[in-house]
Amino acid sequence: MVAMRGVQKWFGELHVLRDIDFEVAPGEVVVVIGPSGSGKSTLCRTINRLETIDEGTIEVDGKKLPAEGKQLAELRADVGMVFQSFNLFAHKTVLENVTLGPIKVRGVKKADAEKRAHELLERVGVEAQAGKLPAQLSGGQQQRVAIARALAMDPKVMLFDEPTSALDPEMIKEVLDTMIDLAKGGMTMIVVTHEMGFARTAADRVVFMSDGRIVEENTPEEFFTNPQSDRAKDFLGKILKH
Amino acid sequence: MDWLTDNYVNILRGFGETLRLLGVSGALALVVGTLVALARVSPVPILRGVGAFYVTIFRNTPLLVLILIAYYGLPEIGIDFGFFINISLAMGTYTAAFVAEAIRSGFNGVPLGQAEAARAIGMPFTQSMRHIVLPQAFRLVVPPMASVYIALTKNTSLAATFGIAEATFRMRGLFNDYASQMIQIFLGISLGYILIVAVISWVASAFERRWAVA
Repeated sequence: MVAMRGVQKWFGELHVLRDIDFEVAPGEVVVVIGPSGSGKSTLCRTINRLETIDEGTIEVDGKKLPAEGKQLAELRADVGMVFQSFNLFAHKTVLENVTLGPIKVRGVKKADAEKRAHELLERVGVEAQAGKLPAQLSGGQQQRVAIARALAMDPKVMLFDEPTSALDPEMIKEVLDTMIDLAKGGMTMIVVTHEMGFARTAADRVVFMSDGRIVEENTPEEFFTNPQSDRAKDFLGKILKH
Repeated sequence: MDWLTDNYVNILRGFGETLRLLGVSGALALVVGTLVALARVSPVPILRGVGAFYVTIFRNTPLLVLILIAYYGLPEIGIDFGFFINISLAMGTYTAAFVAEAIRSGFNGVPLGQAEAARAIGMPFTQSMRHIVLPQAFRLVVPPMASVYIALTKNTSLAATFGIAEATFRMRGLFNDYASQMIQIFLGISLGYILIVAVISWVASAFERRWAVA
């Protein structure tokens, strides 16, 4: 579904992505973890070209990522994205946030888009807030609306860029539960997160990044109980101690 | 109060002229200011340079100097639309620099994540501007724009010096004829300006309410 080959990226002097070879099969749930500054968010953002790459190729659903323009917009419509800071459209209601993409990008009729949006909001548990503006919702509710907004486009793959990092602890669970439901439903997902519990429960594979490289890839069970690299052992030692 | 009862037609004409100055120079400022702001946020370096140059020149020159140039200087080189339009030209181009900066601050005030989210659901650049970025930028632009137009309203009084019979010009005439009622006249004319400014503030807050996000 997603294939990255020989990808390199620099931010000025800083080599943020090094020799990235990475594939995700349809229906697979891949969790990307690693210390901050390891390039995991950047990796996630290159897949729908919110970040450009300097070398290598990225394919989504067998098609090479196009340069800016109409084709790129079409590809992005098929790739759902959930941001750390939600990024709901601040001047639109919850319902409009979910219907805007289908109506403006897919050309779906307003009534059909609204019907679907209500179903999706129901599914993520925020249907009661449909008429409110994003600022009136809690962080957890906003993030679930953001998931519904992405789902409304019927994406082939969903990218989650640290979806729970900006949330209060008691709201993390409601968002993770929504994501676990999605994973069980067979959605292809790439999830950048610090939530090891989610990785254990829902991931088919864990990818560990450090200093712009993919250092280790394994099943969650193997990775957490028997990490191979020193870098991964050190990282897990730090985060699992508490 | 005979200054008022005997002269209210002329006073109203004066404020009419004030509003005409405000309308002509305000419209010019809006058009030129928007173009300059677009130039300043455009991806083309030359346009950005031109926009920055415009703002530097017109924002940093005293309005009175610009009016003097437009009044005495421009006709010398054959640009003479009559003194009313030439003075409006000075006020409009001066105010455009402030309009441009207000609009630019509005653009910059919309979080980058809003445009990213729009692109991420597949909106092309034009759609993300039209549906997501611009509506939010307009809302942020309203308060600084109100300040700019309130300043312009008061700046129109400079035209009195150049023989345009607007409100302040009328006030000076009344001072001569009714020297004993100066305070009343001054307060009365000030009230007229306050009313115009109050309307601008009211329109601004109506827009703000309409585009509220919380």
